[in-house]
Amino acid sequence: MLYIFCPHCGSRSQNEFAYGGDATVKRPELNKEISDHEWDKFVYLRKSPRGKHLELWHHISGCRQWIKVERDTSTHEIFKTYKATELIE
Amino acid sequence: MSQSFRLDNVGMVNRNKKISFTFNGKKYFGYEGDTIASALIANGVHLVGRSFKYHRPRGFFGVGVDEPYAILQLERNNERDPNIRATEQEIFEGLEVKSVNCWPSVNFDIGAINNFLKMFFPAGFYYKTFMWPPSFWYKIYEPFIRMAAGFGEASIKHDKERYEHKYEYCDLLITGSGPSGLASAYAAAKNGARVILAEDKPRYGGSLLTSDVNIGNQTGVEWSEKIITELKSMSNVIVKNRSQVFGYYDHNMLVMSERIGDHLPKTQKYLPKQRLWYIRAKEVLISSGSIERPLVFGNNDTPGVMLSSAAKEYMKVYGVLVGKKPLIFTNNDSGYETAIEFKKNGVNPLILDTRKEPSSDIISEAKNLGIEIKFSHVVVAAKGYKKVKSADIAKISDNKKDLSNIENIECDCICVSGFWTPSIHLASQSGNKSEFNEKIDAFIPKKSKQNENTIGSANGKFTLEETINEAFDKGYEVSNKITENNNKVSLPTVVEKKSTEHDKFWCVPLPKGKSYKRFLDFQNDVAVTDIELALREGFRSIEHVKRYTTLGMATDQGKTSNLNGLQLVSDIENKVVPQVGHTTFRPPYTPVSIGAIVGREVGKHSKPTRKSPMHQWHEKNNAVFVDAGVWLRPRYYKQGNETLFEASKREAKNVRKNVGVCDVTTLGKIDVKGPDAAEFLNRVYTNAWLKLPVGKARYGVMLREDGIVMDDGTTTRISENHYHMTTTTAQAANVLSHLEYYLQLVWPELNVNVVSTTEQWAGAAIAGPNSRALLMKLFPNTDVSNEGLPFMGYKEADLFGIPTKIYRISFSGELAYEVNVESDLGNFMWEKIIEVGKEFQIQPYGTEALSTLRIEMGHVAGSELDGRTIPHDASLEGLVSKKKDFIGKRSLSRSAFTKPDREKIVGVVPLDKTTSIPEGSYIVKDPNAKLPNPKLGHVSASCWSVEYDNPFSLAIIKDGKKMIGQKLFAMSPLKNKTIPVEIVSSHYVDPEGKRVRA
Repeated sequence: MLYIFCPHCGSRSQNEFAYGGDATVKRPELNKEISDHEWDKFVYLRKSPRGKHLELWHHISGCRQWIKVERDTSTHEIFKTYKATELIE
Repeated sequence: MSQSFRLDNVGMVNRNKKISFTFNGKKYFGYEGDTIASALIANGVHLVGRSFKYHRPRGFFGVGVDEPYAILQLERNNERDPNIRATEQEIFEGLEVKSVNCWPSVNFDIGAINNFLKMFFPAGFYYKTFMWPPSFWYKIYEPFIRMAAGFGEASIKHDKERYEHKYEYCDLLITGSGPSGLASAYAAAKNGARVILAEDKPRYGGSLLTSDVNIGNQTGVEWSEKIITELKSMSNVIVKNRSQVFGYYDHNMLVMSERIGDHLPKTQKYLPKQRLWYIRAKEVLISSGSIERPLVFGNNDTPGVMLSSAAKEYMKVYGVLVGKKPLIFTNNDSGYETAIEFKKNGVNPLILDTRKEPSSDIISEAKNLGIEIKFSHVVVAAKGYKKVKSADIAKISDNKKDLSNIENIECDCICVSGFWTPSIHLASQSGNKSEFNEKIDAFIPKKSKQNENTIGSANGKFTLEETINEAFDKGYEVSNKITENNNKVSLPTVVEKKSTEHDKFWCVPLPKGKSYKRFLDFQNDVAVTDIELALREGFRSIEHVKRYTTLGMATDQGKTSNLNGLQLVSDIENKVVPQVGHTTFRPPYTPVSIGAIVGREVGKHSKPTRKSPMHQWHEKNNAVFVDAGVWLRPRYYKQGNETLFEASKREAKNVRKNVGVCDVTTLGKIDVKGPDAAEFLNRVYTNAWLKLPVGKARYGVMLREDGIVMDDGTTTRISENHYHMTTTTAQAANVLSHLEYYLQLVWPELNVNVVSTTEQWAGAAIAGPNSRALLMKLFPNTDVSNEGLPFMGYKEADLFGIPTKIYRISFSGELAYEVNVESDLGNFMWEKIIEVGKEFQIQPYGTEALSTLRIEMGHVAGSELDGRTIPHDASLEGLVSKKKDFIGKRSLSRSAFTKPDREKIVGVVPLDKTTSIPEGSYIVKDPNAKLPNPKLGHVSASCWSVEYDNPFSLAIIKDGKKMIGQKLFAMSPLKNKTIPVEIVSSHYVDPEGKRVRA
């Protein structure tokens, strides 16, 4: 069970969180013309990298904030966690 | 039977407390502190089971978790508990155990015929034998394999025992209370660290219990008792016995199972039988020790052949002799310790040492005691079927290839020692890549992966002095890192006998003309020849060899067999062990009972049960409840001998005719607040929200980004910046997460807050032509006329002094209102509605009538919005705005969603007007068409229309709109029904929607 640092609450066990997928996916802006291909990419296509992955977690049994977690998908090492709107270099 | 193998005044069992138990129906005696194994051995019983494949007789091989043989079934309080290791289970008064994998009895087992048919059971015989013809699988192969598989039978009764889970945090978790565990726990605890020390066995001390050593001028046993007593008295230390840390998971979380009631006749009041600990440790010291390796020789699985360390422990801890004419077969000094112990207890052992002329303190002591030793000697084969009777021994050449001077020697047990294998399982589970240590011929942990260190013999340190020094250092070092304290305890002096190197020899060659089975895996009957065959057949990877031969796949997970298997593969392949590598160590280290894993989350406790504030009223009024997600909702209110069908029909009819009231507290409710709330709703819902006036409700549909309908419900504008959203009962939690996702991540610039208010409001839906008249009585000071409170209107009112919210919305299709009050006052509201409603013939109605009402109105619900439908399919396309953008809109223009013959919701009526159509039925054109019969769609919901008094169903079928008026068929292959039907509009009752606006 992972031990995730919530930037709002501190370190908490994984069972307080829900996984939310790739955090680098950006929703296309509203009212923007967009090709079928681009839209499909946004809705369906996700990478499944081995190694570093920036992902969303929802602190669903805690502060209910969505956070971003930089995690190694093969070792489960967590490098850093961010608030939802925090800028990530 | 008398305990003829029990020594006087030796051991640690409580001689003052005699305990009786039964094994295979026969009564035996032992003492408090005995295991089943030690008590049976004391009674001279060595035949306890049969092996898995050949049904060969099985005795005892070890003395702890590594036991591959003595797997028994425990019967307790009329319940069965299989997979019990006799070497671990302590006896208690009235304990009943029996052998498994044998029929009709362990003494005479029909399955032993496999032993003579073994040429038909080679490695991988499952894959070779049960392949063809495929038709044999179902009737012949599967029943056969099922009958042969498994050790014992699980109980089919409900387990009445209690199991619980516990979460714990600590600075340092130490797994094992041998010398290294005790020393490191002591050093760390004295330095202020919060320590958990876990011991698998009932007694603390590990190898100190059986070794002849001296620490700080005390015996090993005295020293360990002193340390444990002191640790137990410290407030920063938790010491647990009968507790196995069996899994090392991510981020230093370890799981331990504590056996609290397993050794007692009855579980103690207020205590569970077992407790599962989830321990998040800052640091872990793995001091799990090592397990002795067997030596491989002919018939080495005969009862009476056992590990020499086990024989020693039976003597020193339990005061039990495993035999009175022992043969010690060893390649290292450990066997001598066992021999010396025998000698001290008046038994003359014979030592066969594979080494040529070794010399050490221990060997000298054995010689001085007059113990007979034969160097360069091996056991060729054990003789005897149900118990060792003698052994063929031989002199072995210096190159270990040739045998000479084979002679038969009488003996009643053979104690083997092939040196030691560190228990690196936990370190390996944590991600530590192990390395092969040539000196000890075994793997030890390499670089720490998580915050773990391995110490003592688990780390390949086999002298006590080395172990104690390392453990004190590590305990201090690790605790200092956490507490930053500098309290160092002083090292005790250690006195032990020096030993010399072991012999790199482990498998005795076969004498000419003999074909003895030499076993590697004792539980799964994997012999040397099986590994050889697997390699001949081309298996190379050790993981493949393991699965093909089942080496190390039994319940003992190869604790005694894996390394010998690796040695064999390396020898045949002309490789060295590290090139072959070892198979993966996976948790659990020892079997864990399902009860412990489940804990208290059993039956109704597996999830919370939510009840509305009116629940007690429903109970009092004969409600029959149904699970709706985690909620309990009244399904119908039973009057007299009514069936579900009769009751729901009566309730639904009464709504259509008079007035009914339904508990709708379970609906999800979300407060949406903020200056940008309207804009946010406009993006979330498919329809327009910017112009909804204050005091008005609107029905809305929300999509996922893939265009599929996520949920529907009404949202009401309470004030300028405050909206009250309702969701379906099932989707409430998902919708809240969905809204939070968009507010926090996608559009953080929107100034909106959302919060669940589901539990804050109790709700009652009042529906039927009499509902307005009822409302006028309930709220005499509020104008609830059609003008004062029109359809989709909202008003705050006063219900006998209680602030109430009235929403004029309808799910039943009748003139209807939803009334909300604060949860605490829900029951008051409900009782007032029933009381005042009497003169209007009010009746409560449950979810079954609710369904009937919405189905015949063609209102969609979860069975239509099933995660596969877009708005068009549910005839909700009128709510999809063409002007504005919203979540999921772009997906709706994808080609599959714009096909002209896309599925659409329709109504279905049986032509005979009497046969109900099973939900899930297929709609087809021709019931006799060739299979697979092309299906047009499926029936999503069925009811008995109370308006027309005939069955009515909703279906989602291809090109639904054009199908209206057609005669088709509903087929249910499951119910074996074919029903001629007519397709009609989904709006079966009041298609113009006049009633809701009345």
